This record gives sequence, structure tokens and C-alpha cells, in this order.
Amino acid sequence: MSLRILVGVKRVIDYAVKIRVKPDKSGVITEGVKHSMNPFDEIAIEEAVRMKEKKIAKEIVAFSCGPAQCQETLRTALAMGADRGIHVEVAGPQFDTLQPLHISKMLAQLAKDEQIDLIIVGKQAIDDDCNQTAQMTAALLDWPQATSASKIEAKDGSLQVVREIDGGLETIKVKLPTVVSADLRLNEPRYATLPNIMKAKKKPIKKLTPKDLGVDVSPRIEVVTVEEPPVRLAGAKVENVDMMVEKLKALGHA
Amino acid sequence: MASYKFLTSKSWMPVLRHVSKSHYFQTVYLSSSASVYDKDIKEYKAPQTDTTNVVKKLQRPPFGKNLFLGKFDNEILAFPEVLDKERLQMLDEMVAPVEKFFEAIDSKKIDAEGKIPKETLDGLKALGLFGQQIPTEYGGLGFNATEFARIAEITAIDSSVAVTLAAHQSIGLKGLLIAGNEEQKAKYLPRLATGEWVAAFCLTEPGSGSDAASVQTKAVLSDDGNHWIMNGNKIWISNGGIADFFTVFAKTSVRGKTGEMEDRVTAFLVERNFGGVTHGKPEDKLGIRGSNTCQVFFENVPIPKENVLGEVGAGFKIALNILNSGRFSMGSSGAGMLKKLVGWSAEHAINRKQFGKPLMEFELIQEKFAKMAVTIYAMESMAYLTSGMLDTYEEPDCAMEAAMVKVFSSEAVWNCTSECLQILGGLGYMKDYPYERFLRDARILLIFEGTNEILRILISLLGLQHAGKSLSEMVRKVRNPTANPGFAVKKMWERFRRNPQNPSLNLHLESFLHPSLKRPSELLEKRVLQFEMAVEILLSRHGKEVSTKQMDLRRVADVAIDLFAMTAVLSRSSRAYCIGLRNAEHELELANSFCVDADIRCERLISELFAGEQFTQDLSLKKIATTIFQNKGYCAEHPLKQNA
Repeated sequence: MSLRILVGVKRVIDYAVKIRVKPDKSGVITEGVKHSMNPFDEIAIEEAVRMKEKKIAKEIVAFSCGPAQCQETLRTALAMGADRGIHVEVAGPQFDTLQPLHISKMLAQLAKDEQIDLIIVGKQAIDDDCNQTAQMTAALLDWPQATSASKIEAKDGSLQVVREIDGGLETIKVKLPTVVSADLRLNEPRYATLPNIMKAKKKPIKKLTPKDLGVDVSPRIEVVTVEEPPVRLAGAKVENVDMMVEKLKALGHA
Repeated sequence: MASYKFLTSKSWMPVLRHVSKSHYFQTVYLSSSASVYDKDIKEYKAPQTDTTNVVKKLQRPPFGKNLFLGKFDNEILAFPEVLDKERLQMLDEMVAPVEKFFEAIDSKKIDAEGKIPKETLDGLKALGLFGQQIPTEYGGLGFNATEFARIAEITAIDSSVAVTLAAHQSIGLKGLLIAGNEEQKAKYLPRLATGEWVAAFCLTEPGSGSDAASVQTKAVLSDDGNHWIMNGNKIWISNGGIADFFTVFAKTSVRGKTGEMEDRVTAFLVERNFGGVTHGKPEDKLGIRGSNTCQVFFENVPIPKENVLGEVGAGFKIALNILNSGRFSMGSSGAGMLKKLVGWSAEHAINRKQFGKPLMEFELIQEKFAKMAVTIYAMESMAYLTSGMLDTYEEPDCAMEAAMVKVFSSEAVWNCTSECLQILGGLGYMKDYPYERFLRDARILLIFEGTNEILRILISLLGLQHAGKSLSEMVRKVRNPTANPGFAVKKMWERFRRNPQNPSLNLHLESFLHPSLKRPSELLEKRVLQFEMAVEILLSRHGKEVSTKQMDLRRVADVAIDLFAMTAVLSRSSRAYCIGLRNAEHELELANSFCVDADIRCERLISELFAGEQFTQDLSLKKIATTIFQNKGYCAEHPLKQNA
């Protein structure tokens, strides 16, 4: 097989950063905050690179949608082993209301334009936790989908995918072309090495607008308010089980 | 090679040749015997690697040295912007995976077991960290000094790893980079860049520590003249047990100018494969315990003659050049480490409550954090100013600045680490917390890469020599007023007019800085002008003896370091404020606070230099020390002792 793989990579606030809400509650503070590639998308890129190393894939195209800084995320993908990047620039208020559906439409259009055989995305992004993009992309393309993959094996014209589901593992077979979303245990992504970061400088990144892909990103939703999660109230200690039962009864829990 | 600059002097030569009985100046010789640095010093030039980004280099005078003449290069107040946007972005991209890698390193385990696990070393190699300053055409990353300094901030998080990396590339293979010929580079650099081969630097011997010229390891030419045969014993060699490639300094017999054979140091590139290279057990150390340090033995090691580095007999210059070029990065690595520690300590001070309120609300805690921030700010500013000079100046002359960075930051790291531990109190003393490990690790910084004592002497002698050369010219003109009437009158007038306590400010530093830095810039200017006078007084007072007046040399070095640090913080904070960086106002406060403190330190040191040993403690201290040595130790009677 020699697949062309499209991988979606999202630029998100780094997992280690403590998220803070803007004083006017219109969103979270992103200025001066460390960003990095969505960890699930790193896993997606890693899987694609491994498929290329096993000669299952011949080309890896990384895609990211968002403000200019998304180029950094794409550079990371290129340093990890993607061959070229596509950046669809969306910034400002339009970016704030961007939804998985918009991204799915872009991915679907790119899949057609670039003759893609396999789309891999992270199962969800750690900022909005939507877990929708893979599913909607598959629907738009009318391709089969294998979500939350923890193992992928290529077998003549199809993929055998192990999925993590409630209470166990499910093994399914999907025909190519297909859409896969990567779960946590699919692989352990490599570090982008410094020499590869330098070499990635020479790999091309194509810049597109949503319009180029025929996608209307005008907002369908309005953010009313963003709130900090409630602060956990202080607990109280009880001496023994009897007292605990008593307390719970008093609070109406038992 | 054309890219190195040799000081014109043959040694620490007579700097003033004109004897004057009546005049202010006397002949000044810097002793040509004792000092380690008593040889030609070849300046290191940072590798210019990325040929696509070659910018015309600036021609600037040596900043630190000129301070000794009261000359201040105002250009330095525009803090260097070394990297263009693209290069900076790439650096930021590189920072991310390195940070991630270092977060996963188990430093506690490395410290406890005294060994860096193979997987960690392999990971470091795979990341490319073994070839940072090796040009890209040899498979390295081609970092300039600034980029190297930035990455050093991160790698410093684990001191054992940092020292392993530094031993490999800041000294182990640096000689090959700066003095190797094309064949030698092509043969070794690619393997060293990937870390397939690890490098070590072998200079120190049991009888040859700070006095590096006195090495006893010997190499003699074989009868057929094709090989050198090396015999000797090197100690405390970082990476000694894991290295495959050694830069070794050994004595060789060279025919001198007079035709007599004399011993001169020669640098050799030695492969472990040559045979006869063995090493001892790893040393059990106070800190940097995971870094491999051991003895290395050379027994009849045959070295092909094409493996002589540079010229036969030129080894000492190469050694100094290697050491001088590596020091500047201690500023950024130290700052990187301290920034982490201060972050953890701040977390503690915010959450830990005593007497009903968090530690951060107590003034003594606030003072500690503020002083640490001021210190870190100065370290960073000096380090990146120096790396900027190395990267942007034509034939940079930065051995003095690099030594200043090393002395200042090693002591700052030691003090601040101790303060962080203090903030944690008893917790900080426990092995469950990393503070005691960082403290142990920090201690070596004041010792290796030239002890701070030796470096202070180096700083002041480099400066005094520079000043002496220029002053000798002046003395000649002044002494011959008929030939230079205008000059003599002008000088006399200047000297007559100038007021040591309150020199009139004529350098106009404030006009190169943001107006809000006017006050600290005046402090700097005043001390620069006084420093010049102190240097003149010192040279005239001690004459050729000045190089033995170590207590005064220490004062000179300390003032020079503070002047350089003040310059660096002013330059950096002014830029930050003018271009509107985040928290720029905070930077102004840090800079101002540093300058006020430095001013107070300089005031005392300069007044002592003006006053001379009759009016300082120096004579008394020497007398006390003499008594101690006569009695072989502390000799005051026990407080309980009674007369019979």
C-alpha cells in the first residue's frame, strides 16, 4: 500500500498551563500563554509517521486551522515526520466561534483535493473536548470511521482497528479510504528532534483561506459567558462510620 | 586561522616602558612569572555557521577592557538583537521538545545512583543536543552563542546532564572546532555531532590544577617520526569513563628561538581506539553526581602525527582559548535553573501559612524573592549581552566578559539556591525536595572552568594590561611636552580638574537609554569614571608589583563585574521598555534595584582602591594569615584557658 495520509493538528493551550478565564468572561486568557500541539493529534501524527516508516504510507499532509501561530504547530508536525503542511488561516472573533463542523468540512474538501486515502485526527482536543471532528468528517465524505483507535494494522485495502470502548476492546475492520481518530494508548509520540526541526524549515506549508475550501466560517453560535469551575468547598472530618452515616442522613444523601 | 585574534604582546610584557621619577606614573610591569594566564591569549570567535544568515559584523572595541580606561562604548546600550524573526521562531520550536524531554528526567535517581541512564543519554543524542555548536555541514545544529545559551537554560535543569553535555562540546570537542584542520573536522565532527562518540577534555593533572601550564603528561615523537607516544595521567576528567575522543594536553620538546630544546604544551586529538587509554573508577562527588568524572591514564598511546591539534607547542594557547570561550553560557544555564527554583519556592511561599498568613506576606520573604529576581535579571542580561557580542562583533574580544559572567553567575547560583532552600526551611533540607541537590550541584560552579579566584585575577590583569598599554602612550606624550605641547597641557588640565569623589559626568549614558533610567545610568557613569582613576592610581602606586597585589586585583575585578552588570541590565531593560515587552515596568524596577546595590558595592571598593593598603584591612589580614600559617592553623588560645 502507499497511502496518502491527512492528519489534523490543532494548536491548543499547553496541557500543563493553568487555564484562567478573562475578567469579562468572554473566554479564556490565551495571550502570553504557552501553546502546543493537541496531545491526541501528536499521537495521530506519530501513527502516520510510523505507517510511512513501514512503507504503508507514501505521503503525510498535516493540516491546521487557526491564527498565524498555527504554523508553529505545523512545523512541529513536519519535524516529527510529516511531508508538508496546509494552514487554513482563521483569526480573531471568527476563530473564537469555530466549530468541529467547520473543520470537518475543510478536512473533507482537502481529502478530495489532495486525493487522500486516510485521515487521522486526535479523538478530541484538550481545550474544547468536542470529540466530533472525525465522526463528522467521515459522514461528510461518506467514508467508514474508526474512532478511539488504540491499535491500527493495515491489511490489503483495509485497516484493522482496535478501539477502546466501555468495558473492553473492540476490533473492527474498515475499508479504505477511511477516517480514524487516535486514542491515548495508540502509541507514544516521539520528540521532534532538533536536527529535524531544522530540516522541517525546508518543508512547504501551503496557506489557504476557508473560502478556498468553500467553507463558510461565519459564526452560528454566540458565546454568552465563560465561567471558572466552582471552587471545591472545604470538607469536614468525621470520627467514625456511624458519624459519617449520621452526617450523610442529615445532608439527605442516605 | 585568520579568525583568531592574537594579542600583540609576547607575554604579560612590560606595559609601561617609561620610567618617570617625578611623574605620577612609574614603570609598570605585570609579572611574567606566576600567573597562569601569563601567555598569549588567543581570542575565540563564535562559529559563523549559517551562511545564509551572514550579517555584516560590527567592529566594536573591547568593552570590558576599555572600562579600565574610562572609555564606555555607548553602542552597547542598544541591547543586541542577534536572531532574526525566523531564527528566533525556530529556536522557540526547539525549546519545546527539549523542555519536554528534561521534564521527564529523574534527577533524584541520577543523583542517588551516580549515573545517567543509557536511555537518557540516547535521548539526548537523538534530540541532537551533542552537536549544538557543530556546523550543520558536519551534522550539527550550527548554533551561535546566543542559541547555545538559550538551550543551556533548559539543559541546566539536571546538573549532571548539563555537565556531561558541556564537557562534551563546551570543552571536549571545542578545540577541534576552533583549531582543527579540515581533515580533522571531517573525520571526527560528524560522529561527535550525533553523540556516537562522546568527547572529553584532558588538561588537569595531580600536580597541575589552576597552574595549567605545568602539565607532566609527555608525548615524544617515535623513531620513524610518524607517531607521538603519550604517557601520563589526567585527573577529574568529566566524561573520562564514557568518552571515545579526548583533547589531551601534553608536554612536548620543541626547539626554541635560541635553538635550545624546551618543553612546550601541545594539544592532541586522541581516540580511545588508539590503545593504551584506560580510566579509573568514577569519582564520588558532592554534586553533579551523575556526571562521569574519573582519572584517565595514557600508557604508550600511539598518536598519528596528523592528530596534533593546531601547531606543536601551541597547546597552551588552545587550552586557554577553549576555556575562555565556554564560560559565557554559565550565566544563562544558571539563570535557567534559578528561574525554576524561584518558581517552586514562590509556590511554597504563596501556599505555606505561618502565624496565620502566607509566607509571601512577610517582609523578609519578600526581600529574598526580590533580591533573587534582581540577581537573576543581572545574570541573564550579562549572559545574553556577552553572547550577543560574540555573535555580532567582528573578532570579538570577550574573554573578560565571559569570565565576568562566570564569576558573577556561579556565586549568584550558589547564593540564590541557598536562599530558596532557606525559604523552604526544614523541608528544603530534606532529600525529598530537590533544593539540597541543587545546592550541592551548584557548588562546583565556583570551582571548575577556572576557579573564581583565578578568574578575578584574569579579569583585572586583562584590564590592567590593556590600560597600561594605552597609558604608556600617554605618559610618553606627557613626558615630552615640547613635541606634544597641546596634549600635555590638555592632560594636565584634565587631571587637575577632576574630582575623584564627584567626577563630572561627561559620557552622556542617559541619552542612549529610556529617560526613566536616568538615575541608575548616572550611578553607572560616576563609577565608570572613578574606576578609571582607581586603575591609574593602582598602576602608579604598585608599578610592576601590581600583578601580585591580589587583594586589590580582587577589588578591581569586582568593580569591573558590577560595571558590566549595570551596563547589561540598563541596556536590556531600556530595550524592553521601549519596545513594550510584557512586564517591562517590572524590568525597570529590577534594573534600578540592581544598579543601586551595585553602586553601594562599588563605592566601598573604589574608596578602598583610592585609599591603599595602609588604610584598609589588607595589612592586618595578611598579618593574621601569616600567624596562622606559622602555627599551622587557628592559634588563638581556647577561651577557657587561664594563666598558670
